[in-house]
Amino acid sequence: MTEPGQAANALELKDLSVAYRVGRRNRAVLRNVNLTIKAGEAYGLVGESGCGKSTVALSVVRYLPRNGSITGGSIALDGKDVMKLDAEALRRARADSVSMVYQDPGKALNPSLRIGRQLTEIFELTGVTGQAAQDKALAMLNRVRISDPASVMQRYPHQLSGGMQQRVAIAMALANDPSMLILDEPTTGLDATVEAEVLDLIGQLRRELSASILFISHNLAVVSNMCDRVGVLYAGMLVEEGSTKDVFNDPRHPYTVALLRCLPRGGQRKDQGRLDTIPGFLPGIGATIAGCAFADRCALATERCRAEPPPLYELGDGRLSRCHYHDKAQSLPRATPAEIAAAAPKQAPPVLQVEGLNKTYASHGRPLRAVKDVSVSLRPGETLGLVGESGSGKTTFARLLLGLIAPDDGGSIELEGKQLAPRLASRSEDQVKAVQIVFQNPDSALNRSHSIRHILSRALKRLGGLSGKTLDTRLEELVRSVRLTDRHLAVKPRQLSGGLKQRVAIARAFAGDPRIVVCDEPTSALDVSVQAAILNLLADLQSRQDVSYIFISHDLGVVRYLSDKIAVLYLGRIMEFGPSEAVFSGPHHPYTEALLSAVPKLDRTESLRIRLDGEIPSAANPPTGCVFHTRCPRKIGAICETQEPELTEVQPGHTIRCHIPYAELAKLQKPKTMETA
Amino acid sequence: MSATDTPASLPAPHTAQRSPWGEVLHSLSRSGTFLTGLFILLFWVVCALFGQHFVPYDPLASDIINALTPPAADHWFGTDQLGRDVFSRVIVGSRDILTVAPLATILATIAGTALGLVIGYFRGIVDDIVSRVLEAFMAIPVVIIALLAIVALGTSKITVIVVIGLSFAPIIARTVRSAVLAERELDYVAAAKLRHEGALHTMFVEILPNVIPPILVETTVRLGYAIFAVATLSFMGFGIQPPSPDWGLSISSNYGMIGGGFWWTVLFDALAIASLVIGVNLVADGVHGAFND
Repeated sequence: MTEPGQAANALELKDLSVAYRVGRRNRAVLRNVNLTIKAGEAYGLVGESGCGKSTVALSVVRYLPRNGSITGGSIALDGKDVMKLDAEALRRARADSVSMVYQDPGKALNPSLRIGRQLTEIFELTGVTGQAAQDKALAMLNRVRISDPASVMQRYPHQLSGGMQQRVAIAMALANDPSMLILDEPTTGLDATVEAEVLDLIGQLRRELSASILFISHNLAVVSNMCDRVGVLYAGMLVEEGSTKDVFNDPRHPYTVALLRCLPRGGQRKDQGRLDTIPGFLPGIGATIAGCAFADRCALATERCRAEPPPLYELGDGRLSRCHYHDKAQSLPRATPAEIAAAAPKQAPPVLQVEGLNKTYASHGRPLRAVKDVSVSLRPGETLGLVGESGSGKTTFARLLLGLIAPDDGGSIELEGKQLAPRLASRSEDQVKAVQIVFQNPDSALNRSHSIRHILSRALKRLGGLSGKTLDTRLEELVRSVRLTDRHLAVKPRQLSGGLKQRVAIARAFAGDPRIVVCDEPTSALDVSVQAAILNLLADLQSRQDVSYIFISHDLGVVRYLSDKIAVLYLGRIMEFGPSEAVFSGPHHPYTEALLSAVPKLDRTESLRIRLDGEIPSAANPPTGCVFHTRCPRKIGAICETQEPELTEVQPGHTIRCHIPYAELAKLQKPKTMETA
Repeated sequence: MSATDTPASLPAPHTAQRSPWGEVLHSLSRSGTFLTGLFILLFWVVCALFGQHFVPYDPLASDIINALTPPAADHWFGTDQLGRDVFSRVIVGSRDILTVAPLATILATIAGTALGLVIGYFRGIVDDIVSRVLEAFMAIPVVIIALLAIVALGTSKITVIVVIGLSFAPIIARTVRSAVLAERELDYVAAAKLRHEGALHTMFVEILPNVIPPILVETTVRLGYAIFAVATLSFMGFGIQPPSPDWGLSISSNYGMIGGGFWWTVLFDALAIASLVIGVNLVADGVHGAFND
């Protein structure tokens, strides 16, 4: 690593203030942010959405939207004041020394140009042309470890997977050999396995390149793995800064403390206690803040906090905290009590029994088996977690259960011992209300033209069969059960925040006393503090109403928190099914092992890393034998390629689809400690 | 229940914000395009409603002695071959066109919206068949349809309204269909299915309110075309019948005299049509802009 102080700082923000003009008023988004990134350093910026993370990134290259303006302070890149550059100098600075990688690579690449053309274009800007530019582009793709770069050069962006696209975007960002690389949520839209690969790549590139990195992410674990130092942003202010290890292991600002507590960690489960939450909400942009911005949500806040804005206290070792009581920050009382009523032992007959469920689509005349021979069972009050990369058939399976799509003939779905018709239209009213869903995106799930009252009343009328006064009474109960109030009823969905909208969606699913609720990534669009509150709500509703969940999430920590059973899917097949603890603690299927290994860990314990090569194969053309053999790190030989393994019971209730005997798996997976997120 | 996750800790909804419709009205009120168009449109609406009471002459009164006098102080726009005051006829001539065109547009909107909702919602074979029929229908010029209809039904304002309404309906249906195709993929439609809602409820209560903006834009655009179509049909003699003052009719009965130098018998009617169409198109542009900001 470069010695600090020998070169100019890569980036220096001094008292940076940025405002957005909304409705003829300047609203402060960043308030006096001071931040220094040394040459060769990776700096992580974390905070919930609306804290101003992306605004920092945009300000650095002066790319603020039209209504945004820098209202004070200075930005120095490599010692040059960005504010003083004229248009041409600014253009050159952007071309030569700064690069950005954004969240969605699909939008960063030009869909109508071949990858090769887009890459060489950058070199042509720097004066290299013709074959030389081609060669450089190819070298760049090699550098981001794309397999078969020559053929990638000939392809269009839509012909590449998300992970490949992001590699190309990174290659483009590195083409100008930037001194400053800004990564704005570079892995947020990617599968965990792909995310792990991209993060590995960024980590390797860091060692090869001299670039300093500003890494923006809402994912604390990702930042903790990638960065030397980290800054926590709250309401446009830097509230804490220090080395990554210090900040995450020994946080000194109540906001950081609370944020870390919101995450289900170390395999925490719903019956071990509720997650902590952060009460209240972020101050709106442009709000006038008298004292500490976090005071309203902080249980440690005193009169002093509300009256006197805390300065950034220096705590030594380069640590800073904007809290009057930074020494007591970790004594922050829990906002949500951990204790819960003990769950009753579940010995009831299964509420859901799925046998041999198949779904085949026709794709260009070929059968595409989206779900193949899936059998699961679930008891009342239990949660079944569905895990797997995108394209593994999780959502298709959920939609089959709901009856939104019809399965192939042959399989059966039984609800409380009674056969469920394949199509929703032929299910009875009772069966329809018994299986409901909470969708991933509440903006799509709630009709934007209807008031919350209309949405919930309609659900109560249709699913609960209620009307008149009883409906009103029940509506009030329902609203209270998801912790909303009457005043939320009159508004339209757009007037509510993401978390509140998701509460409405949950209330709607519970309107008819369902037996099973499918939760399809219900928290993936939410900030961690809101996610914690929604997970608590789901756990509470479950323990009170004995409802079963089918819980789909890409976040294994979240799945583990809520699930009693786990089904690991790959190309529409169950690779492993069993009690949550058995699946997570292992020995497990090599695919499960790889999924768990891909999860970034907050505590930075370097466990054995298993990375999956290549892409998930197409379901229209699955590999022969074991469908996982093309990517399996533990492939044993020809048998894997020719013979599809059976789903065998290795322990009571725990089944694995693998040729490797269970005892052998146990031996193979033993040496490392499986610390999960 | 947890201690702090109580209702009190959740924020009040942002009621101070403008509603989406408030936002649209606000942006319309600041759009020069829209306001100019609205001004022109309102001018003609006032003429249509009250023109009869303030025009200097009876638009139907002929005065053969003063036939074909050029524009002058006592006849601002001159007189036609029967000596009728052109100015009065232009002002009052807005009456029929401003009844027939909007009614035709409303008919087209209602029929097109219903049709578009059905084919967009059901898709599949219904959509395939109906869409092809609509396309075939759109390929026939309005004038031909009008001719056929008038032969069959006889000339009347009702016939004109029905003909224009029905020939514009497929265009609106197509717009609505494409909006519905996007809406039906949203999860709230799946949620409605999971409540066993009927197709009618899903189409008209769930989806319709969300596709109103494109319908409104298309309707205002169609109104401009409808005005043009009404004028064309009158010009061809299929629409409003003499002696009612009407712009298209007036141009049709006088255009032979342009060669004789009697330009004023045609020019002012033509300008009136042009100004009304431009006014409506400016309004349509403004509405489109307000919804697509």
